[in-house]
Amino acid sequence: MRFLPTDEQRAFTRSLHTMLRAARPPAAARAWAAGDPAPGRAAWTGLAEAGVFALAVPENHGGLGPLPAELALAFVELGRHAVPGPVVETVAVAALLTALGDPAPAERLLPGIAAGEVMATLRLPGTGPYALDADAATSVLVVDAAPAVPGPGSPGDGGSGSGSGSGSGSDVKGHADASEGAHGGDHARDRNGTGTGTGKGTGDASRPGPKAARPPTLRIAPGHGPVRASADPVRRLSVPQGGGEVLAAGPGVAAAAATAVDWARLATAAQALGTGLALLDRTVEHVGRRAQFGVPIGSFQAVKHRLADTLIALEFARPLVLGAAVSMTRTDIAAAKVAAGEAAYGAARAALQLHGAIGYTEELDLALWLRKARPLRDAWGTPAQCRAAVLRP
Amino acid sequence: MDLTHTADEDAFRAEARAWLRAHVPHPPPPSLETAEGFAAHRAWEAELHSGRWSVVAWPEQYGGRGADVFHWLVFEEEYYAAGAPGRVSQNGIGLLAPTLFDHGTQEQRARILPPMASGEVVWAQAWSEPEAGSDLASLRSRGVRTAGGWLLSGQKTWSSRAAFADRAFGLFRTAPDEDRPHRGLTYLMFDLKAPGVTVRPIRRLDGKPAFAELFLDEVFVPDEDVIGEPGQGWRIAMSTTGNERGLMLRSPGRYLAAARRLVGLWRATADPSDTALRDRVADAVIGARAYQLFTCAGASRVAAGSAIGAESSLNKVFWSEYDIALHETALDLLGAEGEPADGRDGWSEGYVFSLAGPIYAGTNEIQRDIIAERLLGLPKGRR
Ligand SMILES: Cc1cc2nc3c(=O)[nH]c(=O)nc-3n(C[C@H](O)[C@H](O)[C@H](O)COP(=O)(O)OP(=O)(O)OC[C@H]3O[C@@H](n4cnc5c(N)ncnc54)[C@H](O)[C@@H]3O)c2cc1C
Repeated sequence: MRFLPTDEQRAFTRSLHTMLRAARPPAAARAWAAGDPAPGRAAWTGLAEAGVFALAVPENHGGLGPLPAELALAFVELGRHAVPGPVVETVAVAALLTALGDPAPAERLLPGIAAGEVMATLRLPGTGPYALDADAATSVLVVDAAPAVPGPGSPGDGGSGSGSGSGSGSDVKGHADASEGAHGGDHARDRNGTGTGTGKGTGDASRPGPKAARPPTLRIAPGHGPVRASADPVRRLSVPQGGGEVLAAGPGVAAAAATAVDWARLATAAQALGTGLALLDRTVEHVGRRAQFGVPIGSFQAVKHRLADTLIALEFARPLVLGAAVSMTRTDIAAAKVAAGEAAYGAARAALQLHGAIGYTEELDLALWLRKARPLRDAWGTPAQCRAAVLRP
Repeated sequence: MDLTHTADEDAFRAEARAWLRAHVPHPPPPSLETAEGFAAHRAWEAELHSGRWSVVAWPEQYGGRGADVFHWLVFEEEYYAAGAPGRVSQNGIGLLAPTLFDHGTQEQRARILPPMASGEVVWAQAWSEPEAGSDLASLRSRGVRTAGGWLLSGQKTWSSRAAFADRAFGLFRTAPDEDRPHRGLTYLMFDLKAPGVTVRPIRRLDGKPAFAELFLDEVFVPDEDVIGEPGQGWRIAMSTTGNERGLMLRSPGRYLAAARRLVGLWRATADPSDTALRDRVADAVIGARAYQLFTCAGASRVAAGSAIGAESSLNKVFWSEYDIALHETALDLLGAEGEPADGRDGWSEGYVFSLAGPIYAGTNEIQRDIIAERLLGLPKGRR
């Protein structure tokens, strides 16, 4: 056992850190939030050149991977530097296509992901109606738990083809735990049934219940609905349109989607950890500089102890994230997601409180990390969903 | 980055498991914090020693197996998974022995370690005083030079199991005129049955007479029982609190086993629709795994040659708060069955003990100060 990053891994994260500092992601993130993805795309190309996306892509499709440990280390840096864009989602798409094992869709997208030419986003059943950054992405992938009423020729262009938010939104809600279905068997099927019963039912009322067991599909959405600002404006949300080309169908899609959730959770956990570490660093710096009552506020014990607790949470989340990347078990990944998400959110609360009013402004770059912590805590598996996954036998 | 065990570690695990299965007493002996329990636990130390399992990390010449830290972690996992008794010698093994390895003489190690390994001599820690708790350096018990040794006088308190133990180790002020409180302290060992020592047991919150106050009146200690140089006691004491102890005071095996028992209890008793309780059970599993992996990373750093230092304060706060939360969850699962003090599977007893975790071994407030100042580099405040 040597549960420490190797010299090579350390050198990789160091070079990523240097590269990202030079790329000034805060400026790119602000432009991204304002609807200008150009600087973010430039940063994306830099990441691809550093090999970050190739870590999620197998060698036979032009990648270097799959190398989840290196990927987790890289995502800590992405979080630390507040890199904008669907970085997690692109990795999840790579994992999905790899797990699917179907050469045609894999060869179509994976080499582009590794090279940084494909910026992909993804919506899976059970994770809400929105896809992240679909407006900037080159490929918007959607897994439908069970397709809407199949039209002639294409099973994908049925009732939710309007692309209006509510149509596909309720579609997803109706199958609120389909991604968990692949994890949890009949447990999830029960909740699935409940979901259908209590859902909004827009255009769904006549649909067969999930017990009719239609095969899930993977498709490329032809577009997306209007962009809605998230509480973190750097995360741009929209509902993928229905229809579009179907890449795969069948039970293999559900299993691959479950694998995609694992990778998404791992990458999000790592990104959250980096976000929390950045928040802590900046806050330590601030409380050492800011003086009140004639002394640095960092000399007050209430301030010290809050930051000590923040460090404890982050330092115990770190080995969970790296351990999950080594073991890649579903339980470890869910545990890492809970711990890193909660630690980063706790760091955000402490950072805001200890900055005072200056922290409550958009001007300070701190806002970029502050606003990301909460959505990352919940993305690809809320703490409650992940805690349930930890106990699933 | 790697979490695999070597073939040798796996073989070691199998050997430990087999031995423990054959020897762990069922039902468990009475609490080691009582007179009868103490005797039973001393006998258990002797049995462990006969299998060479009492001090696996020590060199063979002192009764150990020369096991490295990874083997030690494996042993601890097996030990707690087997439901083996608490370790009555833990303050000697965990605190005095590392001090002797680092600062003692060859003669002291040869004389003191083998009977510690066999449970023949059980050690108590005599650091705290009525006026010196968190501010340990303000301690006032003194040692006065005499022919061939020192005469110790003063009062120590909260000394765990000193009512039953044989000997004690502690800090004494031997140079009262130094300008700073932590200068002029000397690390000494003394006999609890020596003339001039009065031991008064104190009942703890759990009702057990497991602490003691020690009154010392010109107790003679020969020079051979001074550890390190006179006047260097503070530096010597601190070097072992922040070092191995951070890693070894509470092993992950203990919490992995407890979390497993908690999950078992939850599956057997809980209402599955109570997701609030479920989340707390999940947190116990997550925390035990986090502690295990954190320790693996620390052990890997130690194996690679670095020291642990102030990081051990992260550890202390984490396990002590974790332990309380785990036991609270168990009691909530047990409901009315959680109230009797001798309640099911020791959960109630464990709960009351867990409450002391944030106080002993340096309070969590002091640990947070250390974390803030030494790990985060925040400015020193008034203390
Ligand atoms: C179960 C148990 C076993 C023990 N076993 C032993 C033993 O075997 N040998 C031994 O020598 N001692 C032992 N102790 C004593 C232990 O080491 C002390 O209790 C501990 O050092 C705290 O000292 P105190 O109790 O005097 O509390 P105090 O120091 O009086 O502290 C009281 C409270 O004030 C807080 N406080 C104090 N100073 C500060 C500060 N600067 N900033 C913020 N908060 C502060 C503390 O954190 C605590 O919350 C044991 C204690 C317990 C509970």
